[in-house]
Amino acid sequence: MPDPAIRAAGLTRHFGDVIAVEGVDLEIPHGQIYGFLGPNGSGKTTIIRMLCGLLTPTAGEVSVLGLDIPAQAETLRRQIGYMTQKFSLYDDLTVMENLQFLGRIQGLDGSARRKRIGELLERYNLVPMRERLAGAMSGGQRQRLALAAATLHEPTLLFLDEPTSAVDPENRRDFWEKLFDLSDAGTTILVSTHYMDEAERCHQLAILETGHLRKQGSPETLMQELDQRVVEVSGDNLRRVKERALQLPRVQSAAQLGLDLRVLLRPGSENPVDYLQQHLAQDDLAFNLARPSLEDVFVASTDTRVDR
Amino acid sequence: MSALQRIGAITGKELKQLSRDRLTFGMVIMIPLLQLLLFGYAINTVVRHVPIAVVDLSGSAAARAITEQVRVTQVVDIVASFDTPAEAEAAIVAGEIRAALVLPKNLTQRAVEGDVLGQWLVDGSDTMVGSAILALRTMPLHLEAGAPSGAYRPGDPSFEVALFFNPERRSEVNVVPGLTAIILTMTMILFTAIALVRERERGNLELLITTPVRSLELMVGKLVPYVFVGLVQITIVLGLGRTVFQIPFNGDMGSLAVITLAFIGASLSLGLLISTFAKTQMQAMQMTVFILMPSILLSGFMFPFEAMPKAAQYIAEILPATHFIRLIRGVFLRGADVSQLVPDTVWLLVFTVIMLAISTRRFRKSLD
Repeated sequence: MPDPAIRAAGLTRHFGDVIAVEGVDLEIPHGQIYGFLGPNGSGKTTIIRMLCGLLTPTAGEVSVLGLDIPAQAETLRRQIGYMTQKFSLYDDLTVMENLQFLGRIQGLDGSARRKRIGELLERYNLVPMRERLAGAMSGGQRQRLALAAATLHEPTLLFLDEPTSAVDPENRRDFWEKLFDLSDAGTTILVSTHYMDEAERCHQLAILETGHLRKQGSPETLMQELDQRVVEVSGDNLRRVKERALQLPRVQSAAQLGLDLRVLLRPGSENPVDYLQQHLAQDDLAFNLARPSLEDVFVASTDTRVDR
Repeated sequence: MSALQRIGAITGKELKQLSRDRLTFGMVIMIPLLQLLLFGYAINTVVRHVPIAVVDLSGSAAARAITEQVRVTQVVDIVASFDTPAEAEAAIVAGEIRAALVLPKNLTQRAVEGDVLGQWLVDGSDTMVGSAILALRTMPLHLEAGAPSGAYRPGDPSFEVALFFNPERRSEVNVVPGLTAIILTMTMILFTAIALVRERERGNLELLITTPVRSLELMVGKLVPYVFVGLVQITIVLGLGRTVFQIPFNGDMGSLAVITLAFIGASLSLGLLISTFAKTQMQAMQMTVFILMPSILLSGFMFPFEAMPKAAQYIAEILPATHFIRLIRGVFLRGADVSQLVPDTVWLLVFTVIMLAISTRRFRKSLD
């Protein structure tokens, strides 16, 4: 078994009294798209920054691409690409100027730089915008530029911190196509998100909450191995039913999804349908056992009562 | 070579951004113009402890008596004595003394005849010092020691004054070169401090520090464009000073360039240091003002250095502006060249290196 691309043990970071990340263990293999799923403030960005060597961990050990971080962060910087959560290229430079600048910083010389930038402009559909100021572009265009910039020096490991937060669904789908292309070419990708549909595309997933790692595994495994049971309730007056369901001791959460109420029952709940039928007895309600979705996994493992 | 490529990349990027930032670009031009108009005239004040030298050609008792009486006025401190007026002149050019009292061979005879007793050679490049010495011209003297004082009437001028470098005592002559120090302090510190803090505020820095660029390369790359900005500004101020205010230029361009670059370096590196402390552009501006106020008030730009209390002088010695004002008045008005002004020039260069070193150390490539 070769060394994993990223290994972290007991990774912890405090900001004063605030605990941002606490005791996170990670093992991320080469060549995968690995997702961090978690709400805002769950420590996704802090972990990524520690893995890049931008933040010093309060405790714990990190090894990225076989390098000891943060001690060897400077060596690591030549091998990684980092796309920040906030657009971090220069608004007052054009697409070309931004890429030229980063190419020179990354040490690509004249002809190699021109060739590489040409390729990237093609690949990320930026050719018509090459002379446009980055600040004047749309969210999707900026995101493609940021990805082009992050992959300019052909890094073997790519960190993407909520790359699609300012992008519409259409562009998000395109963006993920590009990520799979990169992954096929052998790049290891670590991506953080709070979108379930994106998380589901990852090869492996870590669910984070308030700085703690709650669950780790492939999305399919996580859904199959869920200990909680999911029951879909349909009928009238679902808001009232939800109120009542949340009072029941075995109900962990209940959320309305379209015409159905999705009720999550705590682990070890036998005959969940019967249980609900008994306690929520009402003529016009229909109960069906459902297959857990990733959102159910997320809700179950973060103990958040989804209340929409 | 790749280090040079990275520095070049940062400098090029900075110049492009600067050329697109109309506000900053406007400030580069407008600050010198406005200041030049605002500070057209200087403020006068009482001067004490002006360093002077005595050139006693007579060696007489009367000379010693006069010297003693000039000394006890406390307007001057006699810090040297020379054998010839030429040596005294050289010392004035080098900025070691501000004036020299020349007492001629026939001093005793002049006293008898009621003639002027001696001559003051005065560095007129600082008008306030000039005024203070002019006031000594008519000081009453008592020559009972040795010379008959019958012919001498109090109130008559006892000395003749030769005002060097600014014979008409125009305050613009004094103010305009000094103004370059104030303008450069203001803009150089502010621009560099803001240039780096802005990258941090906009999030650009988070990207930059994940690249192989080194701290020192980033610092130097960001400074270089502002060296040109500083040179443009000093050209505006001194150029207009020459044409509009008819300031004489007695020095040589080489020396002017050397001292200006040394001062620009010192101010830029100070701005860098501020940028490592400031979290926002607003904080950077406030810290700049914190440096700027003493630079205006204590550097010798507004009030003569000699007139300030000792504590203020110590503070002033730390400020690059103080050294530059001495240098530029020396080069511009007294026609000194750099070799005569080594201590202040070296001080500015050492200051630059120290500030750059501290800034580079403080600027960690991390977000901790």
